[in-house]
Amino acid sequence: MAVTLPLLILVLPLTMFLVLGLLGNRMSHRFAGVLGTLGMGATATMAYIVAFTYFFSGSPDFIDAQTGDRLQAIIFNVDWLHFYKDLTIRLGFLLDPISALLLVVITTISFMVHLYSNGYMEGEKGFQRYFAFLSLFSFSMLGLVVATNIFQMYIFWELVGASSYLLIGFYYTKPSAVSASKKAFIVTRFADLGFLIGILILSFYTGQFTFTDFTSALVDGTTNVYKVSEASAEAVRNIFQTSAAPMFMGASVLTWALVLIFMGGMGKSAMMPLHIWLPDAMEGPTPVSALIHAATMVVAGVYLVARLFPLYLMEVSALEIVTIVGAVTAFYAAMVACTQVDLKRVLAFSTISQIAFMMVALGVARPYIHEGMGYMAGMFHLFTHAMFKALLFLGAGALIHAVHSNDYTAMGGLRKYMPITHITFLIGCLAIAGIWPFSGFFSKDEILSACFEQHVFWGIWMTMVAGLTAFYMFRLYYRIFWWNEPDYGHHKPHDAPWTMSVPLIFLALVSVCAGWIPFGKLVTWNGEPYHIHIDWGFVAPLSLGVAIIGILLATVMYRKENALPDKVANSVHWLWNCCYHRFYWDELYMFITHKIIFQGVCKPIAWFDRHVIDGAMNGMAFVTNKLSYAIRGFQSGSVQMYVWWYLIGALLLGGILTVCIL
Amino acid sequence: MDYSQFLAMQQEIGLLVVFLLVFLYDTFMPKRALGATAAVTCGLFALLTLGGFAMCVLDTTADAFSGMYQTSPIIVTIKNILNVGTLIVLIQSCQWANNDFTSVRRGEFYELLLVTLFGMYLMISARHFLLFVIGLECASLPLAAMVAFDKNHYESHEAAVKYILTAVFSSAVFMMGLSLVYALTGSLYFHDIYLTLTEQYPVMLCVALAFVMAGMGFKLSLVPFHLWTADVYQGAPTSVTSYLSVISKGSAAFAFLVILAQAFGTFYAGVWEWMLYGLIILTITVGNLFAIRQKNMKRFLAFSSISQAGYIMLGIIAMNATGTASLMYYILVYIFSNLAAFGVIQAIENKSGYVDMDDYKGLYKTNPRLAVVMMLAMFSLAGIPPFAGFFSKFFIFTGAIEQGSIEIYILVLIALINTIVSLYYYLLVVKAMFISPDECKIAPFASAATERLGLWICVAGIIALGIVSVFYNSLLKISEASYLLPLN
Repeated sequence: MAVTLPLLILVLPLTMFLVLGLLGNRMSHRFAGVLGTLGMGATATMAYIVAFTYFFSGSPDFIDAQTGDRLQAIIFNVDWLHFYKDLTIRLGFLLDPISALLLVVITTISFMVHLYSNGYMEGEKGFQRYFAFLSLFSFSMLGLVVATNIFQMYIFWELVGASSYLLIGFYYTKPSAVSASKKAFIVTRFADLGFLIGILILSFYTGQFTFTDFTSALVDGTTNVYKVSEASAEAVRNIFQTSAAPMFMGASVLTWALVLIFMGGMGKSAMMPLHIWLPDAMEGPTPVSALIHAATMVVAGVYLVARLFPLYLMEVSALEIVTIVGAVTAFYAAMVACTQVDLKRVLAFSTISQIAFMMVALGVARPYIHEGMGYMAGMFHLFTHAMFKALLFLGAGALIHAVHSNDYTAMGGLRKYMPITHITFLIGCLAIAGIWPFSGFFSKDEILSACFEQHVFWGIWMTMVAGLTAFYMFRLYYRIFWWNEPDYGHHKPHDAPWTMSVPLIFLALVSVCAGWIPFGKLVTWNGEPYHIHIDWGFVAPLSLGVAIIGILLATVMYRKENALPDKVANSVHWLWNCCYHRFYWDELYMFITHKIIFQGVCKPIAWFDRHVIDGAMNGMAFVTNKLSYAIRGFQSGSVQMYVWWYLIGALLLGGILTVCIL
Repeated sequence: MDYSQFLAMQQEIGLLVVFLLVFLYDTFMPKRALGATAAVTCGLFALLTLGGFAMCVLDTTADAFSGMYQTSPIIVTIKNILNVGTLIVLIQSCQWANNDFTSVRRGEFYELLLVTLFGMYLMISARHFLLFVIGLECASLPLAAMVAFDKNHYESHEAAVKYILTAVFSSAVFMMGLSLVYALTGSLYFHDIYLTLTEQYPVMLCVALAFVMAGMGFKLSLVPFHLWTADVYQGAPTSVTSYLSVISKGSAAFAFLVILAQAFGTFYAGVWEWMLYGLIILTITVGNLFAIRQKNMKRFLAFSSISQAGYIMLGIIAMNATGTASLMYYILVYIFSNLAAFGVIQAIENKSGYVDMDDYKGLYKTNPRLAVVMMLAMFSLAGIPPFAGFFSKFFIFTGAIEQGSIEIYILVLIALINTIVSLYYYLLVVKAMFISPDECKIAPFASAATERLGLWICVAGIIALGIVSVFYNSLLKISEASYLLPLN
């Protein structure tokens, strides 16, 4: 494939960011919005062309002619920083099933969000700045997914974090938005520390950064086309095993590296216990939540694990950690989501729970179980979830736009006033609940099958979470669109303008149809095509069954205004309270940071800094100043003295050296 | 004699042609057409610069005049770098050259400038000390006339006198050193000196080396041969100062590398390594200490450029391909950063006559764009990422560390500590412009189109040179392929 299109996919959003960022203030709101949207539309078109070429052109760079396996192609890989003979940082473009998939997801959602924002953000102060940041975010995210090496990924990983910080804190005059953006940045940055250490361990032992060196082998007769191979991953493991100290604190060094890298993923993907930033991040504009905190940035952690999956297979204990973290998070977030009253918080916790589904899917994937079905299922769910969750968030945006509140207690009976939002939101809910034939059913069914194949415990556990998902989503749905109407005054809520409805309708259509994509043929862990079959004998009826039970329960409790929900809440008061307060995680963090870290660690450091370090620095500055004052006579202004010093200097230079040599 | 040898000197010949055309234009064109002299010079010089870049694709390695003159891809590259800098200086000086006081003599300014550049070309290409001295004098003497160009200003005369007196003295010392070298080896060819110089007469050898270093140290304004710098930079017209501080310095640095490597390469370890070691520490530290106290912007940049010269020398002391590449890269980046700073100073001086740091207080409020450019220049000079200056410092340290000995580590550490000191005074300027609450003396104004063009080029360079890696990587490739350094 020619370099032009892939390069443009990265360059165009960056250019948009620069143009809108530097010249935005001279543009009208409308022009800036249209320009940003068109730019993203063009990027999306190019990304589609690239992805479709990858999946369907049958070019020998992308698919093995004999076996039909999908390959990994490095489109370009330029030396960026040439530090040292053995240390070169490269920037490139890696095209393989998952990066092509993510290209489609990111550009689609980003384009929809751009379009939607034209309506949603109308009249806001800093409209141009908002679009500039959206472009920056899209650029960072695209750079992340096409990274050819782990260092490039890290660079864009941090860029994603930074642009997410800017977008969450978009309303920077609102204190809650400012603290939310800080919280998101600090928590994910803390997780990235683990990521960085993991990168350092991995590259220190193996001496390489490039993903394909870790996980793939070069296809014969080519220079830049690779095939995923367990042999390469085994070679990496052997490097670790033959190193001087293969074990560290009871686990192999490779496991440590992988777990630390996973820690970076936990931060971005909001896995427990690093999930605390995501609910607060809802302070950002709602379209931003749809783009960043539902569809793209939060799946970066999943993507990272998928990217290094062959390595994770080498250390099954690391994969087990992924599974456990994912399973616990999924359940926890689902419980919390059942009790929240803020519409966006419910969606945030549901996102955490669904991302955890993907993590679990990756965690239970093994090559010997249906050719790594879990991997395919996780990626499938990533795709479908991005679509329906973005749909739900954009729907929530339309609701908030209409009633000017995030609280569902301010809503109710809205189905009469906002028919388009109602139908599309319902489709989103059905999809996330996993009702046939909506897309969520297919991907969730695959995940549950993979869990059952790995161990029946994980299967039951995740099925339970799936039931909870259906319950809390329909609780939300009924409270918003049914229940009893509050007094809306004489400004009745109404559907949003077309810029906001079109994305809703489009995403709803995708959420309905996406399940029929033959995903197993396109994205598998080693590129070998795999035939999806739905297990109508056991898993499918089970998952459908729990979903329907969840929905029925929600219908009984929330369809009309009644006292049942309060009664239930009171009967398990302590549990309800725990869930409502998110199991006190934020309070725990507050305690640790304020009481232990600030008091016990920071205070002594501050003292040391103020007295010892500053003292030394002030001393140095004092000496520098004195010296500078003392030698001022050197520069007397008289030429005779200049020449004199010159001669003395030259003679001393020769003289001292002569003495030294002799 | 084989006259085709002259074809090796394509760039010199090109420069001479430009010089002659400018001279003819200035002499014979009717008076009303003379207003375009500046533009004509810029245009012709731009063509020359482009031609130089076109030569990069050819294999230009050639000797001429029985080895007195040499050219190779790396030589072409450094001349190209100097050309880029000179072009920016020419563009920036248009406004000044066309003002009422200078316009009568502006032709002379361009002619003198092109002649000095010719001298610098010779310094870089010379492989025989006779040719080298011709180049050196050709690059020094016309500069004195340029420094004295502001006839109406007393400081300009004073600066010129100081410059010419110290320059003559330094030439004498330099030539004394050369005569000692000749006495030791019986030849002035770099290559012969390299082969025959022995340690038989150590006193004479050390004095000869010290005098040669002093002579070059004058051009580079290394401490303690730097004392002329501040007075001259302050007194000279700003266009001349910017030319002196980047082009003259850049060419001398590269020529110094060539001399030390090709003529005295055998005496690197233990001999001139230590001389340079001492000079670097002195230069960086003393330059910084003086820069802290300066109030006049031009004088301030004079001391800053002294300290920068010390960093450039790190590329020489490294004595490896990385060092050479990073030296050239540093010169390139330094050209853009320093010319951005001087461009702002010049624009303000032309408009309002203010040159003191105190006058810059609150500049952001009246002339935000100039203030931002100045800030970028200061950040780049101080070496703050992601601007080019950070990368140039980084690579020059990398090159030095690759040399591998423990004393070089200590040297790099000292240089690093000095970077912190330099951060202080560069940020003083930024603080004055952005944070100081005072009313700005400088009224808002629109700078001339040429000044703006020059500044835009500099800003593009400051931002792009570091992040776009092609520049450094290709320099590294060129310097790895060249035979500039002796094979140890």
